[in-house]
Amino acid sequence: MTSKSMLLSISLAVAAALASGAVSARTEIQNKGSDTLVNVAQSWAEQYGKINPEVAVAVSGGGSGTGIAALINGTVDIANASRKMKDKEIKEAEAKGHHPVENVVGYDALAIFVNKSFPLNSISIPELAKIYGRDGGATKWSDLGITIPGCKDEIVVVSRQNNSGTYAYFQEAVLGEKGKFRQGTLDMHGSKDVADLVEKTPCAIGYSGLAYATEHLKTLCISPEKGKACVKPTEDTAFDGTYPIARPLMMYTDGKPKADVKKYMDWIMSDVGQCILAKEGYAPVRKISCK
Amino acid sequence: MANSTTAPGAATAAAFDRRDFDWYVDKAVQAIVFVCGISAIIFVLGIFVFVTKEGLGFIVNHMNFHEFFLTPYWSPSDADDPEYGILALMAGTASVTGLAMLVAIPFSLGAAIYIAEFASGKTRETLKVLVELLAAIPSVVWGFIGLVIMNPLIIKWFDVPVGLCVLNAGIILGLMAAPIMTSIAEDALKAVPDRYREAAEAMGATRWQVTYKVVLPAAKNGLLGGVLLGVGRGFGETMAVLMATGHAVNIPNSIFDSVRALTATIAAELGETVVGGEHYQALFTIGILLFLVTFVVNLSADLIVRGIRKG
Repeated sequence: MTSKSMLLSISLAVAAALASGAVSARTEIQNKGSDTLVNVAQSWAEQYGKINPEVAVAVSGGGSGTGIAALINGTVDIANASRKMKDKEIKEAEAKGHHPVENVVGYDALAIFVNKSFPLNSISIPELAKIYGRDGGATKWSDLGITIPGCKDEIVVVSRQNNSGTYAYFQEAVLGEKGKFRQGTLDMHGSKDVADLVEKTPCAIGYSGLAYATEHLKTLCISPEKGKACVKPTEDTAFDGTYPIARPLMMYTDGKPKADVKKYMDWIMSDVGQCILAKEGYAPVRKISCK
Repeated sequence: MANSTTAPGAATAAAFDRRDFDWYVDKAVQAIVFVCGISAIIFVLGIFVFVTKEGLGFIVNHMNFHEFFLTPYWSPSDADDPEYGILALMAGTASVTGLAMLVAIPFSLGAAIYIAEFASGKTRETLKVLVELLAAIPSVVWGFIGLVIMNPLIIKWFDVPVGLCVLNAGIILGLMAAPIMTSIAEDALKAVPDRYREAAEAMGATRWQVTYKVVLPAAKNGLLGGVLLGVGRGFGETMAVLMATGHAVNIPNSIFDSVRALTATIAAELGETVVGGEHYQALFTIGILLFLVTFVVNLSADLIVRGIRKG
């Protein structure tokens, strides 16, 4: 053996050892989906990586629909979703031999934002449907008997891009199963953009996760019917279901979670995991005290 | 030479045979340049095949021509009842491009006439450099100007609730299209032979009469070509219109309405669709449409410009 080929075989052996070592030492969990959950999912992945360096959780966003599609195709271990899987999607998954299991990991109150100059503190679900629904009937604030200082009456309707889970949830919860959004909504590409636009525009109304509320915005109290008592969006009212447009945040796994995925899901549901979720502005699944 | 002992005829042939290093370099460079030359064709064909392949599934299986072109409802992510109507998106693109041309044509024609016919020496050179500099501003920067500067100005001046609208995007797009239109219009004016001007001046025409009555009619094909290229630019522009239009699916009633462009829809939604899904394919179908329209516009512009060069 020449010295050159010996060197080569040694380096090959070292590389092989390194590679096999890396494979056995690190397992990877693929986690994809909802943009509402993506910040929380990233915090979870980072914190979990500190406790269990042998497990790497790869998190990416892309929207609830993207995560669910990836689960159907079998390319992720966990799909994040801010809406429930549709029957059609579950059937597609079953057809491909995957059995999605729903795990509720937290709750989010869908907050309705208006500009600081908005005169009222509450709005009802039917009024929201009039504003957002196709042919809903309200295109001017005066249609609802509201006058906003600094606004000439036209309602500036702020919405989200159509593959957002928040958009899909709002459509179902406010406009109903068959409801459609009206034409001419300003479709923002993120919850932050909704908050920014509403903050600057007196005529505007928008919706986003409660985590995006700021003191520069008015967050409305929501009543299920006109004239009924309204409920403020808080972590508590989202948790106990009294807030009318609160939604569960889900992580779908393929079958009951097993091995590393199960450990990860258990840790997410533990007090530590739930406190991370609460810190990001969402409601945990049970009463816990976080410091 | 190695074969100096052979017959004189062969020696002459060998003397003319220049297959030395330079000869090979020459051949190699020719081959490389040839590949580069036809690469544009390969790329255009490749892109067209790719876009068509991705979008064809939608056209064949899901597309309802009436719904696609004649309804304004675009809600492709609705799982039970997706709607794929691009009428409002086409209206958005058309209104923004139309307004942009209204802004850009007077500006660019005026600039081209001044640069080609009236300015001279240093002024002309400086102006030409500045126009080219204007063309080099990235479109996202233009979009930023629309979002941050134009938006509050439009709200203040016209007393409208939101300044992200046809007017905003039209002005931005007009300013973006103006430099390329200026350059082409100036070329067209330059292509008019000087003897036309001399003849007109000899007849006692003033500078403006020469321009208006002689040079402009002679250059009209080139000017039209420049305008068409500007239309193509406006039609295909994405980032600036995404930021300045307000991104609302809407058939505009006035220039203060928010709209959404075809290009912006692809940019905003493609990244979050399921690859190969119906929505994904529908976006590629819009891509095919954009490709065909810009192709036809650019081709006709090119043919018109060539027409005057020959004639």
